[in-house]
Amino acid sequence: MAIIKTENLTYVYGEGTPFRKVAVDDVNLEIEEGEMVGVIGHTGSGKSTLIQHFNGLLQPTAGKIYIDGEELWKEKSRLREIRFKVGLVFQYPEYQLFEETCYKDIGFGPKNMGLSEEEIDKRVRETARLVGLDERILKKSPFELSGGQKRRVAIAGVMAMNPKILILDEPASGLDPKGRDKILGLIKEYHQEKKNTVMLVSHSMEDVAKNASKILVMNKAKLFCYDETEKVFHRADELTQMGLAVPQITRVFNRLKTAGVDINDDVYTLKYGTRLLLDILKK
Amino acid sequence: MQNFLKAERVRFSYVNNMENPPVVNEVLKGVDLEIKKGEFVAVLGHNGSGKSTLAKCFNAINLPEEGEVYAVGFNTKDEDKILDIRQNVGMVFQNPDNQLVATIVEEDVAFALENMGVEPKEIRRRVDEALKTVGMYEFREHAPHKLSGGQKQRIAIAGIIAMEPKCILLDEPTAMLDPKGRREVLKTIKKLNRENGVTIVLITHYMEEAALADRVVVIDSGQVIIDDVPQKVFSQVEKMKSVGLDVPQVTELCWELKNAGFDISTEIITEDECVEALLGLLKKEN
Repeated sequence: MAIIKTENLTYVYGEGTPFRKVAVDDVNLEIEEGEMVGVIGHTGSGKSTLIQHFNGLLQPTAGKIYIDGEELWKEKSRLREIRFKVGLVFQYPEYQLFEETCYKDIGFGPKNMGLSEEEIDKRVRETARLVGLDERILKKSPFELSGGQKRRVAIAGVMAMNPKILILDEPASGLDPKGRDKILGLIKEYHQEKKNTVMLVSHSMEDVAKNASKILVMNKAKLFCYDETEKVFHRADELTQMGLAVPQITRVFNRLKTAGVDINDDVYTLKYGTRLLLDILKK
Repeated sequence: MQNFLKAERVRFSYVNNMENPPVVNEVLKGVDLEIKKGEFVAVLGHNGSGKSTLAKCFNAINLPEEGEVYAVGFNTKDEDKILDIRQNVGMVFQNPDNQLVATIVEEDVAFALENMGVEPKEIRRRVDEALKTVGMYEFREHAPHKLSGGQKQRIAIAGIIAMEPKCILLDEPTAMLDPKGRREVLKTIKKLNRENGVTIVLITHYMEEAALADRVVVIDSGQVIIDDVPQKVFSQVEKMKSVGLDVPQVTELCWELKNAGFDISTEIITEDECVEALLGLLKKEN
């Protein structure tokens, strides 16, 4: 069963005004449980509007959304319960930290869920470990931490609610390469350990290629495709035309193939590309 | 020009006076760096390495505690020259939304000029020219908030070049942009450097962008640790990774092949060079 399903999902901003804009146009989608999905699309493609539907921040203008088999918005009284299943981490989440200590900040979501003190404590410590924050940091004010640490606290706050679906909007933006790899590595570990569904919105094709097994591409409010990573990056020309890109390594292999080299051109990670070339060279 | 952009043994700290005793965080620990007129220099360093702090020294937002900083020929400590420095050393920041002040594109680009007291006719000329340079002239009567990130960032750059500065410092100008926006902004930066002779200092976390520069400076723990042409900088794959940075994918690919015993240069930083080298290698080996 699909954990997220949309039927003819459409969202219009400013209906009935001169500024009317269709932000999401007739999207039909089924995402299987446990998937690690990369979400890409140019600025204004509708990807943020789309993900905001998944935990009911926006109500569709038309169409339906099912989360874990249950229709969102069917009964308003169920909305709160369903929202707990979908954790949404916004861009630059460190600006949303507010508590006196990191411990309290991470525990804020679980507390709102009405969990026992004991369970809250367990969750705070477990997620802190998952994002690589030691016990000492939990007692500190979030405002004493470095940017990368703050961001990990903010992400832990959402993970602590143990959502079935975790959606992160550009979790690595503004970080240096090491910080980027660290955050994405932690998210990958979380995914492997919890087997929850994770959606990763990113402008970095290299990051998406390295981490996601499937990619969802939005273009001009429409769903362009939702497919396996290698199949998506195979459509390099189409992606470039819509303002996206493919990883540098993919472009190199495409060009080798065009130049007549007998080589697999569905290369999208450096590791795989290196191995492929070594195999050929060592023959 | 003498002392175009120059840092001499610069030390700088942020002091948190809220704590008792105050907490001192020393960010720049004796930086020496000279950038010549007309250069395109990329500055790399992990978060907290001090690169943004250094950039802010060059237009007198930060003043060094020790050492001297010169910008467009003046010492930044010389208060009488602050306006000259600020007009000639423009800065562009990460978030385009924090840099646009007006509700119409051309008014935004004119903002600094109005503050400088430039003649209205001259403002018109410079605004039009700046917008044409960044390729946004046709959007001059649009509202900035309705533009894409890349377009907004180009408006921010137009606002700077309308002041006709000798130098522009860009602090991660593409961090929040999609690939297309990134391409647009980089094209504009390169054009300003090559055609208009504007000196460019580009702070970035994208190694492919740094590969476009004439020179790459790597900052770590408040000091310059590498300063060379991009080919030489990125061929030091292990060193770059050890300071939390990376190299372009094509460079790492060639480096891996070299380590496996194949005859390939590790000073490859562009896609074209990489494809060419690989084709050569494949031909030779098979």
